[in-house]
Amino acid sequence: MPDPETTGQRQTGPRRLPPWLAPAVAPLPLAPLQPMLALLLARIGQAHPDLYGRLGEHAQKRFGIDPTDLPFAFVLEPKPQRPRARAVRALPGDLDACIRGPLSGLIGMAEGTLDGDALFFSRVLWVEGDVAAVLALRNAIDDARIDFGALLLGGLGPMGERAAAALRERMQPRTAPAGDRPWN
Amino acid sequence: MELICPAGTPASLEAAVEAGADAIYCGFRDETNARNFPGLNFSRDEMRRGIALAHRHGVKVLVAINTFARAGNLALWQAAIDDAVASGADALILADLATLDYAARRHPAQRLHVSVQAGAANPDAIRFYAEAFGAQRVVLPRVLNVMEIASIVRESACETEVFIFGGLCVMEEGRCSLSSYATGQSPNMHGVCSPASHVAYGERDGRIVSTLGGFTINSFGKDEPAGYPTLCKGRFSTPKGAGYTFEEPLSLDAAVMLPALRKAGVTALKIEGRQRGRAYIAQVVRSYRQILAALDDGRETAPAGLAAMAEGQASTVGAYRKGWR
Repeated sequence: MPDPETTGQRQTGPRRLPPWLAPAVAPLPLAPLQPMLALLLARIGQAHPDLYGRLGEHAQKRFGIDPTDLPFAFVLEPKPQRPRARAVRALPGDLDACIRGPLSGLIGMAEGTLDGDALFFSRVLWVEGDVAAVLALRNAIDDARIDFGALLLGGLGPMGERAAAALRERMQPRTAPAGDRPWN
Repeated sequence: MELICPAGTPASLEAAVEAGADAIYCGFRDETNARNFPGLNFSRDEMRRGIALAHRHGVKVLVAINTFARAGNLALWQAAIDDAVASGADALILADLATLDYAARRHPAQRLHVSVQAGAANPDAIRFYAEAFGAQRVVLPRVLNVMEIASIVRESACETEVFIFGGLCVMEEGRCSLSSYATGQSPNMHGVCSPASHVAYGERDGRIVSTLGGFTINSFGKDEPAGYPTLCKGRFSTPKGAGYTFEEPLSLDAAVMLPALRKAGVTALKIEGRQRGRAYIAQVVRSYRQILAALDDGRETAPAGLAAMAEGQASTVGAYRKGWR
């Protein structure tokens, strides 16, 4: 049997938001999120035009993005000419596909700091509906090298860049001393 | 020993370069390669730019055109070969005799590698590929132990490349029909095993149930590690019991075998996972680069500590050490 001692560190999964946060933000209106989502989509479209080509036919699909540690979710329609995203209290039933997981896991996957398959294997992340559409979205976003902090805060100058760096640090996955579970 | 790393996208290729790959393998965005997944792979322009970027950093690019051409329609595979050569590929990874023959005749100066999909697992088969097509390297199937690999190296003029990390399957590479049986599509002909378009997840009695082509293939309890939705990783009820009939979901991690593989004379070590994200590429390649440095320094090698990246969250040294047979 291989020695279970291993080199370096391994990821133990994405950080989860504190449990008090969801009930605290639940009464707040979702409308203020809309301009931020619109800004984000516009900047992603400008910065990463190749993303839509990689999505192919799946750009016409409607995706549900469900951060399981928040009391709201997002509906994403990545149509190249008119991409849309909106925050909703509950996801509609007629979506093509849905991705569920903690917010930091979803952001980490989108930013390429976490591996989507690894999140799936560890049951941190789950998908429903059109799995091909989910894979296309995951691969297109992974290739786009999206940095949400920079996209949202980068326009604010050095202060924004510092805030983006702090946000990135906060969302880093936790690590722990490595220890594989060998099978043979 | 060279470290050969996967890339499913240009961003992954850059990640592999940064992490210390000696060579990167990738494929075009069509059914000519065995990772024809939605949103994955390279356009012609991306391949050209990716190869140029890799070359600027002294990294080689091997283009996988390793599915078996459809009868009566070789043109797609021939075009992929021509375009890969024109893009500056350092080698082509081929499996089909027709593609090997075309590449050898049309591009005699091009370096050719025999894909794992060819299933060349003995010196006679390897000698045939070398003599008939001038193949300079063979990627060995994951069914051989280290002594068998050493024997092949001794008896072959061809370089050998072996997998050291990543997904495993039933290892009937190039010959497995499980995916075809359930979906009509296979990695051999269409470049995709258990295509995502045929996969569905649902919930039943508190368990997540996965189906492929309408067949229920597995169900997972809460917090139970999951694997890819392939038939070979399915759990089935048979007269002899219920469970993983073919194979358990786990990943190869042969870090502890590297000294033996080096002693056996292996030329190159390959990491599986063109379908994985940048995070996987960066972490796995960097870990193995460190392990190889330790090996060069005469220090001991250990499992790579990458269980979180592994299918089923568990690892194996696979056939390299056949204690379980």
